[in-house]
Amino acid sequence: MTATERKQIVLAAYIGGVNEHTLWEHPDAGSQIAFSTFRQVAQTAERGFFDYFFLAEGLALRERDGTVFDHDIAGRPHTLSVLSALAAVTEHIGLVGTLNATFNEPYELARQLASLDHLSGGRAGWNVVTSFDEFTGGNFRRGGFLPRSQRYERAAEFLGAARELWDSWAEDAIAAYGEGGRFLADPRAGAFAHHGDQFDISGRFTVPRSPQGHPVIVQAGVSPQGRDFAAANSDLIFSPYSRVPEAREFYADVKRRAAGFGRDPGDLKIVPSIGYVLGGTEEEARRSAREIQQQILTEKTVRVRFEQVWNRDLSEYDIDGPVPDIEPDESAPPFIQGRAFHLQDRTRAVHEWRELARERDLSLRELAAEVFERSQLVGTPEQVADQLDDFVQQDGADGVVLGGHVTPGGLDDFVDEVVPLLQARGSLRTEYTGSTLRENLGLPIPERVSVPAATAG
Amino acid sequence: MTTSRRTLHLGVALDGAGWHPAAWRAASSSPDALFTGPYWQRIAEQAERGLLDLLTLEDSFGLQSAEPLAAADEERTDEVRGRLDAVLVASRIAPATSRIGIVPVATTTHTEPFHVSAAIATLDHISEGRAGWQARVSPTVREAALVGRRDVPALTDLDDPAAPDLIEDLFDEASAVVDVARDLWDSWEDDAEIRDRATDRFLDREKVHRVNARTPWFSVRGPAIVPRPPQGQPVVVALAHSSVPYAFAARSADVVIVTPADGADARRILDDRRGQEGSVGRRGEPLRVLADLLVLLDGADAPAADRLARLDGLGRPLSSDARIVTGSATALADVIEELSELGYDGVRLRPGVLGDDLPRIVEDLVPELQRRGLFRTAYEGSTLREHLGLPASVPNRLTADLDLRSAS
Repeated sequence: MTATERKQIVLAAYIGGVNEHTLWEHPDAGSQIAFSTFRQVAQTAERGFFDYFFLAEGLALRERDGTVFDHDIAGRPHTLSVLSALAAVTEHIGLVGTLNATFNEPYELARQLASLDHLSGGRAGWNVVTSFDEFTGGNFRRGGFLPRSQRYERAAEFLGAARELWDSWAEDAIAAYGEGGRFLADPRAGAFAHHGDQFDISGRFTVPRSPQGHPVIVQAGVSPQGRDFAAANSDLIFSPYSRVPEAREFYADVKRRAAGFGRDPGDLKIVPSIGYVLGGTEEEARRSAREIQQQILTEKTVRVRFEQVWNRDLSEYDIDGPVPDIEPDESAPPFIQGRAFHLQDRTRAVHEWRELARERDLSLRELAAEVFERSQLVGTPEQVADQLDDFVQQDGADGVVLGGHVTPGGLDDFVDEVVPLLQARGSLRTEYTGSTLRENLGLPIPERVSVPAATAG
Repeated sequence: MTTSRRTLHLGVALDGAGWHPAAWRAASSSPDALFTGPYWQRIAEQAERGLLDLLTLEDSFGLQSAEPLAAADEERTDEVRGRLDAVLVASRIAPATSRIGIVPVATTTHTEPFHVSAAIATLDHISEGRAGWQARVSPTVREAALVGRRDVPALTDLDDPAAPDLIEDLFDEASAVVDVARDLWDSWEDDAEIRDRATDRFLDREKVHRVNARTPWFSVRGPAIVPRPPQGQPVVVALAHSSVPYAFAARSADVVIVTPADGADARRILDDRRGQEGSVGRRGEPLRVLADLLVLLDGADAPAADRLARLDGLGRPLSSDARIVTGSATALADVIEELSELGYDGVRLRPGVLGDDLPRIVEDLVPELQRRGLFRTAYEGSTLREHLGLPASVPNRLTADLDLRSAS
């Protein structure tokens, strides 16, 4: 394979925030809320020619049995505000945030995203998520009103409405750049009308068409319905699969679905999240990885993770003892609230894990290391560069979303030691060639669908 | 008397290319830059060179209009139309400045109180204690149709019989929104984050509180997702023209901006304000009262009156809810000094043309006020509360309540 034929690895960086794999106990751990933390990570990623910086979202503090989690990082900033501030201190890197389609309204969110796209010179991206969670809804006017079955319906219509708003100004709607007394070339610039089951809105949008037309759309779809939705509507898929062969299977599947929707499969990028641990030797890296895992799997963390699956109080069980012999509680209200949960069948999972623990004589803590471990690239910089490059070149993905274990310095060694190796292989840019996130990702600017003025407003 | 010699507070109101409808056509304007980050950054840097207390950023969900209450969208093409979200513009300029207070407008009518509270708290973290929030209501049918979640009666003017009930309800809701935002800012105590390795606790959960707000308009459980902002309580600002919004400001705001037409009006309004603070039972710091002035200032080669006449001749002539002052920086300083002597805490200036009048404010007016001993010669504090002379340390509303409850 010659250098010109190599796929260019898409790299994204996220801030280790509210989760269980950032080491807040580490001596180098810094603030989780000071802007200097976000600036440092975004600038480090830009120094490493990353495509984008990514910020997750959580709209309620996590709780266990009605009391706030105290064992893990809590507190985070408002996503859009930090991304907008980062636009002031970076020049090239994309700024992508998770924003909920359930607890926002299309007009306001479309306006904010278009504003961010202008303020960053075309670097905005939106990871579209939905929630039906009544607990989170307790913080919002809407409350937890949405039946689970309507999540995609609302999300799809929300995204459609947002696109209509982004298309409501033509590229040349503003005449002010030339001579003459007209600011607007079109007296009805921004006119829109969307009448649907979920949203009935009309009027004139206040934000002129932004540099990217539409911000880059990111989604995470796993179920067949979710895969179709993402393949039809998104530019990037934030995939949960970071191990071959399931990653390759997912990759091929969603690219095929994208083609089925009449899209060029190359216009849809697949990026799973992955951790990494570097060392001077492979042995040293493996030792570091084990130490990090031990620090992550504290007694409280292990207990809370399993309590979410069992949906019960497990404080009576020794986490260095055997797997509890009781069954999960399928009917009780959630014991753990505000923490994402993706298991479809908790009883089946518990049965499988109990079997695994019996076969291999694992304690609860040891089981946690098996079943909750994030997939990681572990080794020397050369080995990590090889693993990552192979993973992408073999169509496991188009790139990865990376987060260090320590905030904010956790990305430094990757950028200093692995990035130059990826560049030497011809798999990573040595300069930013585009000025927008779409250009850097090689994505087209969406064609504007103009709304006849007669039907709008 | 020392009151006439006290330091005034100076703010500048930013909107588009300036407050004259034809401001974008002035030679100093760059209409092609209005929707870019560097445009707003340069203006903020300039205002900060003038040592101003704060800048405000105008906003509305609705498109600008010469007739805001009109039911139908106008089709005017000769004025600036389009705006970026002010809270995000504020966040964009915060890292590029280090002293000036940053006060975006955000509506209380069509937003989620939880999101607005988080965004302003985050602005306070980003700016290290310089955030404010100009809370406004959105009374128009056109704005309601953009969001599609509530019906409001269509008012053709403020004399409409439906107007008083609507206005009162919107401002009552605004008070409730500010109240819950303030509770959320206090829902984390300052020292809630403990990072205690020995007990594996990042947080002291006793220092993080639910707010449990239940109002006729919304409920919010809390606590906030954002740790307590550096100022504790970012500064809440309200623009008020009549008794209902005055009462809202007296109940909920730290700073009220009023629009006196002349000296007599200025005296009457100030008396009304102080009365209002008494009747709503305001405790703690008195409201800081700023008068709004729309200003066009003489330049070296263009008298303000000539500029105004030329701009007025281009389209819709300037008219404003705020007093219009046209002339020299010295004449403007006289007006400001008079307001100061009446007891005003300061003024907010709306530049007729940002590109012409902001430089005159910074280079001519500020030195003139400094010569008169009316304005600071250097920033003394680093937070907006400090600039405004508000206590830098604010008791936590939620724990103060807890203390009260346990004491009773």
